[in-house]
Parts: sequence; structure tokens; C-alpha cells
Amino acid sequence: MSASERAYVSGIYEHPLRSAPDKTVPQLHAEVASGALADAGLELGDVDAYFCAGDAPGLGGLSMAEYMGLRLRHVDTTETGGPSYITHLNHAVRAIAAGKCTVALITLAGRPRTAKSSGREARVYSADAPDLPYELPFAPSMVALYGMVAQRHMHEFGTTSKQLAWIKVAASLHAQHNPHARLPDVVSVDDVLASPIISTPLHRLDCCVVTDGGGAIVVTAESIARDLKQARVRILGAAEAVKHQGGGRVDLTYSAAAQAGAEAFAEAGVRPADIDYASIYDSFTITALLQLEDLGFCDKGAGGRFVADGGLVSGSGRLPFNTDGGGLCNNHPANRGGITKIIEAVRQLRGTAQAAVQVPDCELALASGIGGSLATRHSSAVAILRRD
Amino acid sequence: MQENERAATNAGEAAFPDKAAARNRLAYMECEACGEAYYYPRPLCPFCMSEETRWKESAGDGTIYSYSVTQKADGPQVLAFVYLAEGFSILTNIVDCAAEDIAIGAPVEVSIRDDAEGRPIPCFRIKRGG
Repeated sequence: MSASERAYVSGIYEHPLRSAPDKTVPQLHAEVASGALADAGLELGDVDAYFCAGDAPGLGGLSMAEYMGLRLRHVDTTETGGPSYITHLNHAVRAIAAGKCTVALITLAGRPRTAKSSGREARVYSADAPDLPYELPFAPSMVALYGMVAQRHMHEFGTTSKQLAWIKVAASLHAQHNPHARLPDVVSVDDVLASPIISTPLHRLDCCVVTDGGGAIVVTAESIARDLKQARVRILGAAEAVKHQGGGRVDLTYSAAAQAGAEAFAEAGVRPADIDYASIYDSFTITALLQLEDLGFCDKGAGGRFVADGGLVSGSGRLPFNTDGGGLCNNHPANRGGITKIIEAVRQLRGTAQAAVQVPDCELALASGIGGSLATRHSSAVAILRRD
Repeated sequence: MQENERAATNAGEAAFPDKAAARNRLAYMECEACGEAYYYPRPLCPFCMSEETRWKESAGDGTIYSYSVTQKADGPQVLAFVYLAEGFSILTNIVDCAAEDIAIGAPVEVSIRDDAEGRPIPCFRIKRGG
């Protein structure tokens, strides 16, 4: 066994559809798997590890392994909500380093748009969740939960709706160049503020899209990656963390990204100022704002000023973010944005992002995700990638 | 489902929360080993995992930590986190209030209401006159 073999992202694929009423969820998983393997220049028989989360139907990894014909020696079905696939990336790095696999496939797929899923409803993950009797009667919709995070941030730090709106504006400026974006039209701060309030202080345009589709990633050991056709993208550092209410000590001013980010940066041996491009999970505008602070791109409480006036716009802003249009404008397949965050970071490092939003000579990129609910219990996963 | 979950907290005192609710009181839990007050209720302490935990009755006084207002067909609904004077936070609804009265830091008091199935749930209302 080679000691601590390095891991690379060798294949990526984002399903082009945003509405897929005529396809099944397993079919979407298989289509994105096929796409990512083709992108890597690998075949079905090369895969020896498979990673999936709660969106995989049936018995998850087992059902999908059979459906796709995978022959595995490593399987990981870690479920941490939306960023599960960044968590999988982290786990794949460890499994490759330990010699447990050499070609790891990660897939995500779902059809929430066809199912008419909405963030206006409380989400019940399982009927026996211990929190359910103490939370569900109060109708904690996703938007209202994140609304409370935004409200507290405004109270503590003076953040404004206008500043949050800039996050959506930057995403829309990028999405106009993405032919697959669910919402390709550029919007202004005034457009965001004029859109209906869903749950205070969040407007309709502070919320991400609901889309069908999916994506896949192929992670390979260096011994495999060195012979592949794509530019090599190494995973320099990755980490994950979980934060919850702590027995009734809720603090909405920071996320688990504070912990995971610090660990990922330490492993990578780089600092936030070194990052050329960042994929930041944007289920809501406030989700992105909190991560930017917690990852150290700005001081705690300074996120509003950091994002304002085009701070996140590629080509002119401080930190080019979500150049595919992100979850706010492009894609949030299966109500989970984790995999698209990795995919766009890899495009940037390969130099294959849309020309108008490509970061010149992009060498170091970060992908960050938040899943579950920021207000109650959530996970963070952070990966730092470098073009070799 | 709710029945099972609530009965699972602290054997022998399963009726405690409903009895408290009948007197418009909020039941929470406290650990006798480490002294921490905690919510939501569960038999093992989330601070030290001790099983020496017991029900307590809150005085019901707290302040709004954060909130979000959603307009629904039957009027506004206010989701909130309230910090109780005993030191724990709770996810809840603020009821019987005008929009202009709701603010972070506003003093509130417990008001037990029935949920859609007629079960008592701890809501809060704005305290008048300090």
C-alpha cells in the first residue's frame, strides 16, 4: 500500500436539465455518473468506491450500486444534508490515502421541482426525529428558520437587506452567461427588495431555486490521475463539522463553517487571502454571508460590507463566487447544492468556466457547504482545491 | 409519535409536562449531575450524558433572541427563539401580538396553546408594562 496517496478530482458532470418530470431519480444518478466518468476518461469498471447521501433511493449505496452495475470495495453513504457531497470528497481523500480505493464516484440527483417541494413548508426528515414534537408544531419552514438567522445578524451587526441582496445580484450577473441556469436574468438590488417577503427579513429573491437534476464527481488516486486527460485538480485540504442548539444554547451568529474552514485551511496550508475563487453554498443569501465570515474571508459581522457593491462579482469584486450562478440562480438539484459547488470550483481551476466569468489563472479554489438548517442543526463541509 | 417521544423522557414522570401545561407552565429539564438546564427534553443530559435528570417548571419569563414573520392565509405567524430566564433557548411561536411589538430583546411570557391535534404547546406573548 502506498503511504498517503494524494487525491484528485478527475471527473465532473452537472446534469443540464433543471426540470426532469420524465426521468426517474435512479436514472438521473446513473446519467450524472456516466457523464462524470466520461469527463474523466474512465469507465464503469474502473470505479471501486461509491459515495451517495439521502437523495439516493432505496437502500442508498446498495440500491444504486446494483442499478448502475458498480463493483465496489468501498462504500460511504454519509448523510449531512446539502453539503454531503463535499463531505464525501473529504472522506474519499481519506479512503484513497488509506489505500481503500483508487476511483471514487460521488453522485447526487433528485426531482424536487417535479414534486413541487417548497421551502415554505417545515421539512420532516423522519417521523421519529427527537426534535420533532418540540419543533414541528411551531411550523418551522426553511425560509423562516433562515429568516431568524438573518434577523439576528442584522440586530448584532447592522447588516441590511440591501447588502444581502447584493449576493443575489452577483449570482445573477454570473448566471446570465450560463446557458443552463434556471434563472438567467440579471436582477438589481431594487428587484430583490421589491420581490415579496416570504419570511422576514428574507424576500423571494433571497431564496435559492428549486430544480430537478443532479451532478457527479470522480475522485482518483494520484496513480490513476496522472494518466488521465483532464488538468489535475488536487484536493489540498478538506474538513467537516456539525453545529446544533447545544441543549438550548442557540447562537445564530456563526456556523459550523468556522470550525470546518479553519481545519481545511490548516490542512491545505493556505489562507483565505490566497483563494482565487470560492463556491459558497447559497440556499439563501444569509447562508452565503455567514460562511464568508466564518471561513475568514472577512471579519465576523463585516459580511454585509464585504458583499455589497459587487464584492462577489467575477472580474471586479473582492472574491469571485458562484460563477455558475449558484443555487440562487443556476441549480440546487434535489434541494442540495453541495455537488454543484465542487463542480464549478473544478471548472474554474481547469479554466473551463464560462469565458465571461472565468477567473484569470485560477490556481486555488474553495468549495463550502451548509446543510440541514443553520438555525437548528446543520453540517458544514469545506474543501480546498489546487490546480497542479 | 409525539406520545412515544414525550413518554420516553424521565420514567415515572411522563405526565409532568402535561400537568404543567394545564397550569399554563412550561416544563423543561435539568441535570442533577452537572446542574445544566436544557431543552428540548430528553432522558440523558446533553451536557454530560448523566441519567440523573429531572423535570422542572419554568417561571415562563424570557426574551426574544430572534424571530421571523410569515404571512399565512389565517394571519401572520411568528417563528422565534426565546431565551428563558433559567438559561435555555426554545423554538416557539409568538402569539397575540402586533407586528410592531415584536423585537429582538422584547420580554415575553409563556402562553400554553393547543396545536392542530389539540396537544398543549408552549407559545409566548409579549409582556405588557414591563
